[in-house]
Amino acid sequence: MSPQAGVTIQTQFETAAQQREADQLGMWLFLATEALLFGGIFAGYLGYRVLHPETFAAAAAHMKVGLGTLNTAVLLTSSLTVALAHHLVQQGRRRATLVLLGATIALGCAFLAIKALEYTLEFREGLMPLPGLEFRYDGPPPGQMFFNLYYTMTGLHALHLTVAVVMMAVIFVLVWRWRTPDRQARQVEMAGLYWHFVDIVWLFVYPALYLV
Amino acid sequence: MSTTASPPLGRRLDTRAAAAGRNYLNESTSLRSWLLTTDHKRIAWLYLASITFFFFIGSLAALLIRLELITPAGDLVDSDTYNKLFSLHGIIMVWFFLVPSIPTTLGNFLLPLMIGARDVAFPRLNLLSWYIYTLGGLFTLTATLAGGVDTGWTFYTPYSSMFSNTAVVMAATGVFVVGFSSILTGLNFMVTVHKLRAPGLTWFRLPIMVWTLYATSLIMVLATPVLSISLLLIVLERVFGIGIFDPALGGDPLLFQHLFWFYSHPAVYIMILPGMGVVSEIIPCFARRPLFGYRAVALASLGIALFGFLVWGHHMFVSGQSLYAGAVFSLFSFLVAVPSAIKVFNWTATLYQGRIHLTGPMLYALSFVGLFTLGGLTGLFLATLALDVHLHDTYFVTAHFHYIMVGGMVTAYFGGLQFWWPKMTGRMYSEIWAVIAAITLFIGFNLTFFPQYLLGIAGMPRRYHSYPEAFQLLHVASSAGAVLLAVGYLLPAIYLPASLRWGRRVDNPWGALGLEWTAADTPPIKHNFHQTPVVTGPPYGYRNDAEPA
Ligand code: HEM
Ligand SMILES: [Cu+2]
Repeated sequence: MSPQAGVTIQTQFETAAQQREADQLGMWLFLATEALLFGGIFAGYLGYRVLHPETFAAAAAHMKVGLGTLNTAVLLTSSLTVALAHHLVQQGRRRATLVLLGATIALGCAFLAIKALEYTLEFREGLMPLPGLEFRYDGPPPGQMFFNLYYTMTGLHALHLTVAVVMMAVIFVLVWRWRTPDRQARQVEMAGLYWHFVDIVWLFVYPALYLV
Repeated sequence: MSTTASPPLGRRLDTRAAAAGRNYLNESTSLRSWLLTTDHKRIAWLYLASITFFFFIGSLAALLIRLELITPAGDLVDSDTYNKLFSLHGIIMVWFFLVPSIPTTLGNFLLPLMIGARDVAFPRLNLLSWYIYTLGGLFTLTATLAGGVDTGWTFYTPYSSMFSNTAVVMAATGVFVVGFSSILTGLNFMVTVHKLRAPGLTWFRLPIMVWTLYATSLIMVLATPVLSISLLLIVLERVFGIGIFDPALGGDPLLFQHLFWFYSHPAVYIMILPGMGVVSEIIPCFARRPLFGYRAVALASLGIALFGFLVWGHHMFVSGQSLYAGAVFSLFSFLVAVPSAIKVFNWTATLYQGRIHLTGPMLYALSFVGLFTLGGLTGLFLATLALDVHLHDTYFVTAHFHYIMVGGMVTAYFGGLQFWWPKMTGRMYSEIWAVIAAITLFIGFNLTFFPQYLLGIAGMPRRYHSYPEAFQLLHVASSAGAVLLAVGYLLPAIYLPASLRWGRRVDNPWGALGLEWTAADTPPIKHNFHQTPVVTGPPYGYRNDAEPA
């Protein structure tokens, strides 16, 4: 590691700009990977939806559209707070960054809590096709397929959001300490990209499952 | 990478290596310094050790398969065990040996050296990839010890999700985990090539090895996640009963095949592109000529990577996909062979009027060209809709992909390992033995797999442990070939390690011209270069006239 104008540069890089571009490209490639991960299950969903349009629509009528919409709003707001946090951290405004990161984490947790509430309601209604649980949905069988896809897709998304929240929490602590501000700025940027990605995935999940 | 005449072949430049003293191997020697290393060259060795281990296990399974098939009756193992043997063989060879083989060993070692960088872009991530690989390997070994898995390497549903009573979850988890190792390696390589090239090293000055590693990485990053999700869905179905492929719920098992081959067809190019890279380095060096049609070869690598995403349906011609889909996939499969053919023509043209030196690595490279061509051509047979109805799931398919993956990729891997062995170790191995090993391998390989084409045409289906007597002669020939092939693989496992002790010290025994040879010590120092090299010309500046006296 050699310092250059207050920026720590790792051995393999020549300049700070090169290092930053490498980080960015790495993150974008990672997001491309993630996009294809979700792409696989979306392709499955679309295929089945074309095969069983009416049954899927009937099953989707059991979704809690209100809670889903609320959650969409929560996530969109969190994207805004992340973007602002990135903006502020670049200007070296530590306290304001902390506030916005805190808000982001809170919104992420709120989303997960609402999601958990939804799952609980569905569990009470007997809409969870898990072994050992009573499945009380009376439509034709592909309806259960809809629920299978619903739990898989929202579950995978919630898992990603959980990772994103944990990542933000770590970065919150790092910004709190404020040891190497230039690195913290990069970290907020990278975590922010990931956060936006998780939000965007939701923007596909939500209409696909709730608004059919 | 210069325009001066190539140094003569076989020149012994002992001076630099001896004078330098310190290198990446001896600057620290504790076990800890190896297990926590972030040096791409040491990580290459970690991978080399691990994949050799898995190659050995995979080969043992293959040996048992060939033993069973010597007689028509299923007498050595019962059919259940046989199913587990070929599944284990496929899973280990594909994901724990072939996919990582060249990229993680030679690729890791060479990529930064070839582009004049001090390391990959994310050295710690590189080490993490190895640990993830190891974790995935442990899952797979556990699955094996827990009784094995019998779904074949393709994990087809609904058998894998609803019916098999074997350790499917454990095995799928192993493959799922090792996928992330591939993804991270691919990501790392791509960023490295984009961002860490030395001054003057433009894209069209990159050696083909770098182009092919780049193309491979692209596939790793874009295809592997689709495999991950398909395996995840199988695991969900088995563990939680969340059946996405369950026909009773209106699910379609064909969906799994689509997802699986969307990964696995591109992934077969993961298992050949790096081999193409290796021979593109070896052939110019020992023909003493620049690579013919450099740009075409470079772009063909990307072409293969991209078009490879459009042909997956050729694995499902008889699985009930629509005839129109079949016709389109058939057409695309013909087209995807074009860039591969371009490469073969260019390698051959490079030889024309070259001064050909039949060294060990060169023999491996020439074997590659021949075997790959045969494998690729038979791919075209299979891509022909009507013909595939007859050939699908026969030994013809088995022979097709073994010609490419084993005859091609594994041969290139061995050739590359020996070509760069002096660079990696500073020692020269026994060339005579290398020549013997390469020839044994070529004969053994053809004896093993050529009969399988004939078996397939005659109608012998794959994945059966007993067969009608009419097929015995060809099966015996194949098993005999397998023994010879095993000898061909075991020889390097003896003379390469032996060279570490008895081999003479060398610097650049081939007079090769890549940056890794001309700008770095042998073995290289910790961060590769004493000063960042500046590149002023195209690669492969070999010349015919600088010949040994
Ligand atoms: C020249 C371009 C190629 C064409 C047109 C082609 C065509 C095909 C076709 C049509 C099949 C399906 C046969 C069947 O199941 O009935 C097939 C199977 C296969 N090919 Fe190729 N192939 C090509 C290159 C490759 C390469 C480069 C590799 C590996 C490095 C490869 C590996 C495989 C494997 C592993 C299978 C069998 C998978 C299985 O069912 O277990 N192919 N190929
Ligand atoms: Cu294919």
